[in-house]
Amino acid sequence: VSADQLDVEAYAAQYSGRTRVARLLFIAERCGVEAIQLEALRMAHDEARAREDTVLYLDAVLKINSRLGPRYRHDQAWVDSVNRRAEQRKEKLETELNGYRTNLIKESIRMGYNDIGDFFYAHGHLSEAFKSYIRTRDYCTTSKHIVQMCMHVILVSIELGQFAHVTNYVSKAEQTPDTLDAVIVAKLRAAAGLANLETKKYKLAARKFLETGPELGSNYSEVIAPQDVAVYGALCALASFDRSELKSKVIDNINFRNFLELVPEVRELVNDFYASRYGSCLEHLEKLKPNLLLDIHLREHLGTLYNDIRHKAIIQYTLPFISVDLNTMASAFKSSVSMLEKELAALITENKIQARIDSHNKILYARHADQRNATFQRALQTGNEFERDIKAMLLRANLIKHDFNQKNWPGQRKMNL
Amino acid sequence: SPSRRDAPISPSRRSIPSASNRSFTLRRDSFVSSSANLRAHAGGDLLVTVADFLTSCSADQIRMAPDKFLNVCRVLKNEVMQLNAPIRGIAPLRAAVRKIQTSSEQLTPLHAEYLMLCLLAKQYKAGLSVLEDDIFEVDQPKDLFLYCYYGAMIYIGLKKFRKALELLHNAVTAPMSSLNAITVEAYKKYVLVSLIQSGQVPSFPKYTSSTAQRNLKNHTQIYVDLSTCYGTGSYSDLETFIQSNAEAFQTDNNFGLVKQVLSSMYKRNIQRLTQTYLTLSLEDIASSVQLNTPKEAEMHVLRMIEDGEIHATINQKDGMVSFNEDPEQYKSSEMVEHIDSSIQRLMALSKKLTSIDQNISCDHAFLMKVQSGRERARFDYDDFDSVPHKYF
Repeated sequence: VSADQLDVEAYAAQYSGRTRVARLLFIAERCGVEAIQLEALRMAHDEARAREDTVLYLDAVLKINSRLGPRYRHDQAWVDSVNRRAEQRKEKLETELNGYRTNLIKESIRMGYNDIGDFFYAHGHLSEAFKSYIRTRDYCTTSKHIVQMCMHVILVSIELGQFAHVTNYVSKAEQTPDTLDAVIVAKLRAAAGLANLETKKYKLAARKFLETGPELGSNYSEVIAPQDVAVYGALCALASFDRSELKSKVIDNINFRNFLELVPEVRELVNDFYASRYGSCLEHLEKLKPNLLLDIHLREHLGTLYNDIRHKAIIQYTLPFISVDLNTMASAFKSSVSMLEKELAALITENKIQARIDSHNKILYARHADQRNATFQRALQTGNEFERDIKAMLLRANLIKHDFNQKNWPGQRKMNL
Repeated sequence: SPSRRDAPISPSRRSIPSASNRSFTLRRDSFVSSSANLRAHAGGDLLVTVADFLTSCSADQIRMAPDKFLNVCRVLKNEVMQLNAPIRGIAPLRAAVRKIQTSSEQLTPLHAEYLMLCLLAKQYKAGLSVLEDDIFEVDQPKDLFLYCYYGAMIYIGLKKFRKALELLHNAVTAPMSSLNAITVEAYKKYVLVSLIQSGQVPSFPKYTSSTAQRNLKNHTQIYVDLSTCYGTGSYSDLETFIQSNAEAFQTDNNFGLVKQVLSSMYKRNIQRLTQTYLTLSLEDIASSVQLNTPKEAEMHVLRMIEDGEIHATINQKDGMVSFNEDPEQYKSSEMVEHIDSSIQRLMALSKKLTSIDQNISCDHAFLMKVQSGRERARFDYDDFDSVPHKYF
């Protein structure tokens, strides 16, 4: 994967909090170029140290493997002192919480659990953070509290990779009776989109991303950057929407335009696709591919999404024609004739294209089924099936009527053979 | 003798002392004793005597004492099995089936016996005459299972896979409260024939007994695995799987069928090609279907054209095959006749269905159930407005 064009610093600047470090580590692992790897690891290390997140720090140090000089070696003393301080703080928080619990002041208890949750999260103990945040649920008194809890849970769940929880708590937050702040609505949509993307529901993901308001801006940098919304939304839409949806929800979508402006290449390729400039569109996609493979959420799905987009392009290309010369088509899609023929054969078998290939002359002919013959065939087949099913049913009815019971065989035998 | 007292004989019959009546009495009496005595009484060739009797006896009289008659048939069957000449039992048993049936729709215990003899004697066509009648009335569960199983085997021998599937389907989906060995064997063949016929095994329909749905697959695991392997479309994988399980298939006596399943895979793959291509080179056919040489591909395609399984023309000069559309235009007079007879058949079937429905509507037990349901519902109506609900 050649990612020499990736500006690690600029990329990392889009994010804040734990996700910045996690993403840097992810890039380091996957980029395959040592210079970039070390750059990413160095930044990850510094960030983790500044946040006093020992889990991430240890991970970074391990990966650096002493390649960056003495400052970046495993500093156990620092780890120990951080852990000691963390332990002290934890004890203090827990004592405070117990105090609140005995006093039965709801609001204090809620804030106590929140603080503990924040503490665990900051030090990288995600499951404990999750549990603490969930506990605040019983002590929430206003919708604001509930929304706050949901946002915390969503954040932790995303990092834990538990996207079912994300979807759950997004809908919980959206169901609160008070109207929500526009930024929060946008955050929830983005989170929902992310959950759908990770669970491979690309159409739903596209819809959610496209509904994300521009108020999101960089307010959700601890999870997602606005550029990501544009990229994820556009790719999912291209892979799963039909032409009319693409036009109405993406191209004519004023809100989403704000996001697309941030990634002009993606905007170009969407327009190319809609204008049937498939070669150019696929070229853009190929150019973006190496950087997108370094994205922590998109990497697993990139293959499928790209395939779907390519297939859609092929299908749409053949739609208006009665016959298509495979040589012309191959050059439009920048692939060889034999590869294209195989792709077309696969699509025809999946019934996505109604056509037949004349392999001898390398032409694709649209095939329109003969309705009259098909009708006769179907009628005769239905008749046969009806006959077969009715006869079987009458037989079964008769069996039931004679109170067919195998365990009664010895008793019921009327005719001995 | 006890027989004359039991069976009310009409005046007309009494006045005709036929040889069959006398030998019938003879048979009955002998049976009270033992089959050894029977042999003694018959003197000469037991087989010939019994066979003659079965073909010439009077159907009405037979039906008055079915048990004894069936015993006689059983004697015949044992005799031909002992003599290792199943073919000699075919004609007499066929006559016997017709005589004991009260209608051509009734299944008798003799059906299964008859079909078994046909199978052993490899006289499949003889089995057809009995199989052609649709069965709607069954008295004994065991008869049905064996009938379906043997009948399916006969159809398989004649390569009429669709009819075989119907019978196996009935055996597998019949109401049952506990699994029996015949159903298990029937299911194994059902899987194999389904793969040959349509390339996949349909899932159990809703009306299948829960016993079958829960347990059948556990007893037939390698067949289930075979169908999964078939589904991948790889000939070599399937071949390896079959080789490694050859012994199990042999023990079940299904190896022949399994080999047919294997060869059906080529056919299926070639048929799939006809849906995608108008013309295709023999070389490409060979590689996509996993055959070794274009020559083999040509052989397979040729055979399929001859069997009418695909419509194609081979151009040997180019090594190209052109796939054609089905030439059937549904305009010929034969086709019109075929459609017409289908319509007649289905109308008759539909009428039968309606009459059965009407019979059930008049059935006492059914009416009781409907009535009690209606009575319970009556209290919901507003006629009893003035009466508070708590009184009901």
